[in-house]
Amino acid sequence: MSLDPATVRRIARLARIGIDESDLPALQGELNGILGWVEQLNEVDVEGVTPMVGTGHAALRTRDDVVTDGNCRDAVLSNAPDAVGPFYTVPKVVE
Amino acid sequence: MSLTELTIADAAAGLRARKFSAVELVRAHTDAITALNPRLNAYITPTSDAALQAAACADEALAKGEAKPLTGIPLGIKDLFCTSGVRTTAASNILKNFVPPYESTVTANLLRDGAVFVGKTNLDEFAMGSANITSAFGPVENPWKRNGDADTKLVPGGSSGGSAAAVAAGLAMGATGTDTGGSIRQPAAYCGIVGLKPTYGRCSRFGTIAYASSLDQAGPMARSVRDCAIMLQSMAGFDARDSTSVNCDVPDYSAAVGRSLKGLKVGIPAEYRAEGLSAEIEAAWQQGINWLKAAGCEIVDVSLPHTKYGLATYYIVAPAECSSNLARYDGLRFGERVPGATLDAMYEATRRAGFGPEVRRRIMMGTYVLSAGYYDAYYLKAQKVRSLIRRDFTESFQKVDVLLTPTAPTPAFAQGEKTDDPVQMYLNDIFTVPASMAGMPAMSVPVGLGATGLPLGLQLIGRPFDEETLLAAGSALESAAGFTHRPAIRAEGAK
Amino acid sequence: MSYTLEGKTGTWEIVVGLEVHAQVISHSKLFSGASASYGGEPNTHVSLVDAGFPGMLPVLNQECVAQAIRTGLGLRARINLESRFDRKNYFYADLPTGYQISQFTHPIVGEGTVEIELGDGTVRHIGITRLHMEQDAGKSMHDQDPTRSFIDLNRAGVALMEIVSEPDIRSPEEAGAYLRKLRQILRYLGTCDGNMEEGSMRADVNVSVRRAGEPFRTRCEIKNVNSIRYVMHAIEVEATRQIEVWEGGGEVDQETRLFDPSRNETRSLRSKEDAHDYRYFPDPDLLPLVVEQAWVDELERALPELPDDKRDRFIKQYGIPRYDASVLVAEQAIADYYEEVARGRDARLAANWVTGDLFGALNRTGRSIQDSPISAQALGGMLDLMADKTINGKIAKEVFEDMLETGDSAADIVERKGLKQVTDTGAIDAAVADVLARNADKVEEYRGGKDRLFGFFVGQVMKAMAGKANPAIVNEALKKVL
Repeated sequence: MSLDPATVRRIARLARIGIDESDLPALQGELNGILGWVEQLNEVDVEGVTPMVGTGHAALRTRDDVVTDGNCRDAVLSNAPDAVGPFYTVPKVVE
Repeated sequence: MSLTELTIADAAAGLRARKFSAVELVRAHTDAITALNPRLNAYITPTSDAALQAAACADEALAKGEAKPLTGIPLGIKDLFCTSGVRTTAASNILKNFVPPYESTVTANLLRDGAVFVGKTNLDEFAMGSANITSAFGPVENPWKRNGDADTKLVPGGSSGGSAAAVAAGLAMGATGTDTGGSIRQPAAYCGIVGLKPTYGRCSRFGTIAYASSLDQAGPMARSVRDCAIMLQSMAGFDARDSTSVNCDVPDYSAAVGRSLKGLKVGIPAEYRAEGLSAEIEAAWQQGINWLKAAGCEIVDVSLPHTKYGLATYYIVAPAECSSNLARYDGLRFGERVPGATLDAMYEATRRAGFGPEVRRRIMMGTYVLSAGYYDAYYLKAQKVRSLIRRDFTESFQKVDVLLTPTAPTPAFAQGEKTDDPVQMYLNDIFTVPASMAGMPAMSVPVGLGATGLPLGLQLIGRPFDEETLLAAGSALESAAGFTHRPAIRAEGAK
Repeated sequence: MSYTLEGKTGTWEIVVGLEVHAQVISHSKLFSGASASYGGEPNTHVSLVDAGFPGMLPVLNQECVAQAIRTGLGLRARINLESRFDRKNYFYADLPTGYQISQFTHPIVGEGTVEIELGDGTVRHIGITRLHMEQDAGKSMHDQDPTRSFIDLNRAGVALMEIVSEPDIRSPEEAGAYLRKLRQILRYLGTCDGNMEEGSMRADVNVSVRRAGEPFRTRCEIKNVNSIRYVMHAIEVEATRQIEVWEGGGEVDQETRLFDPSRNETRSLRSKEDAHDYRYFPDPDLLPLVVEQAWVDELERALPELPDDKRDRFIKQYGIPRYDASVLVAEQAIADYYEEVARGRDARLAANWVTGDLFGALNRTGRSIQDSPISAQALGGMLDLMADKTINGKIAKEVFEDMLETGDSAADIVERKGLKQVTDTGAIDAAVADVLARNADKVEEYRGGKDRLFGFFVGQVMKAMAGKANPAIVNEALKKVL
């Protein structure tokens, strides 16, 4: 499988990473290099193998339904680049 | 002996015996940081003032006889662990001004036991790298030099390269690392120190900035096996805030150090005699086998047939997880923001400027392998191969108690080498990645110097939650090797 | 008669499936210890986990799992003892981590069914495909600043259940009945308050059209419709639009649309080039969720009686018509009220009073059964007075109105107003004699064969006795004399 420039652009868009047209050839080359290299996994017979989920050392734990957190707005907003009053902000979203 | 050359075990005894004060001990290290960090760049954020204050408190505790296991011990903290009120960057521009209002569980445990943090150590950006050259705060220099070549700057390995360099050069008595595919063990080997990656689930991941959640595991880096045992004792333990933390007893790790190895079965996996393994490392490996045999171990040839697929599997799974884990760095709630006219323009500008090339590459790689139509071919396939890798280990641990392998195929290389092709760089992790994929504990121990005078490390891989056997076998290698070499650049003699 | 729409070229059938997002009733959020309650100050019901800070990790809320299982049991659905949490990756301002934790490949609840009843009495079964747990997002506010949107994460991370139906729905009416029934079940179970106005229940509506006997055609998803009435409108409007597209020779695109109730139209929400690719994968911060069958059994034993079961029991136990039973089980509180009134009394009479006079009064005064001015005990007391013939049906109406106004007990009102029914035959005989004497002409006509005048005499006697006479005794006395 080999990535064309349009696919590289689409991936960058999905990942919300801005790229310039001039970045494309190098990125395409590097990603294709890595993808070509991982193709070696095609040699492995995985017929009937269960995919690993977690590392199998434990089962999922749950917690009790108790309010133990929150009410820490100062901390929540402590690193916000552009907080206004009690809110985070973003460039206006038009729906 | 200089205070910066002591082991943690000796320093703790010295503090209790009042041979020196915690302030003296910590000051020796903060002075060394001041002197050497401009060159080594092992620390992104030294915290000398806070460390000296903490040292004064440690002295009070010592005076009152209230010392805890790590009271007054100066440690470096990889800048991936969130530290309350202390800038935590993950070596990324996107977090260059991030000050967490919370403490990671691992660092909280160390503070609880009296440790003094002398600074936040450098790393590859978001722990993605094997040479500590992807840091937004500049590369770390390995304090070791090739024989007769004082000029060439070598890499310390990565991603915990700052921690490894700091410990090797005497800028900390020990340091925390995190290991996703070898990020503790490989730099430990390159810098001639001991590094232990515990079993996945042994140390809490709460408050540690995630790279690949199913692989990330914190562990100690220090100049002796015993020091790693002391640090791990403090770092390990169940944490209800991490759903993957395992609730099992933490044994007395120091007790395992020096334990007899009589009858221990040590497996030698054939597949680690791989292409690209340097002759000096192969020789060191054979030496290690001989030492363990001499210590009473039974040497058993084993096979881990899927070893060679570990790296390719890793470079699907880890980028996939990282592409999702790093989505939160969007310039909205924390971190740097580059303004944009629209929400998407802001995201794209922020993430382009905030992440370096290797991080962007892995995010894109991970985005691709998870995207519609490719999930089965890449991610699902990789998780199946991962099951096979794990099965290899499980089967060999029915025959042996521990595995002995090289940690890395070569000793440290020079800055600027292996940088043209990402895949060449990835191959440094070929021996460390399989244990990561399987969640097994593993440790690197320095066993000697190679032909060019650089340290060589061997890796021990153990059964899940059996870090004790690693420590026992590691201390046997350590005593047999009598590794007392010190790097060219170090605190002692720097003044 | 099945529902169809007439196009220019013929008759079309509609096919609808609903994805309902129901907010789980719990104290804290699905994966964090922050409060899940409504109405806090902005960004106060938010932990650093909810805000997606570096190194923060999710820990699952046990009660949310229990609520999902209870709901699954209420939908007569299969409970999956092993389920998983996946990440659904997309960027949005109110999604702090850049992914929503959801259950994509292995939901906690599998196939089930919901029985609905239509206006004409038709009963249909709508299949449930699955139910899964997921996190709610935060809220963006767009009208507070000219250039920025403001973000409040109080809702971010609150537990939702997404309940997905099969495309079994064939009319707006069925969609409405399904949603009402689902809401009724959720409320009985106490797993969701079902309040669509506050957004604690929202529906995504999948609509397509086809000609009779055809396979399914392309569907459109209408997102986030927040009332049952709007869902019904949206289906009709969207189906009409699709018919026009097909009949005009076009193709319906599979897309997400928005219903605009003010213009009564749907419109496309996202352009195709921006199509989402959610990159689902198992959340590596969470292991597979394994629940024990014993726990499921325990939850099942503790389940309240469900509306369908209750309705069937009412029909059998109280001998009331199916329609009345359905009305009485609409809400748990009504059913409880009714049962308290009916217990040990004439259950059919009780049903008539509750569904008739009481509902009328509540409607008039805009009250719910919970704050009814007449308690079930008080209404029962009134029925007791009717049963022992202290008052008759006519007086009961007056007593009821008085109870509504004063809140006094029926016995007190009867005492205060002297409404006790007269059974003294002497007094009745005297009143009869008086009425007949004053209406001699009508007595003649009656005797001449005009039988229906009998009612007139009864009325006159009752009037003379201020309504308090026992009607049976009056009838008897009149017959004797006449």
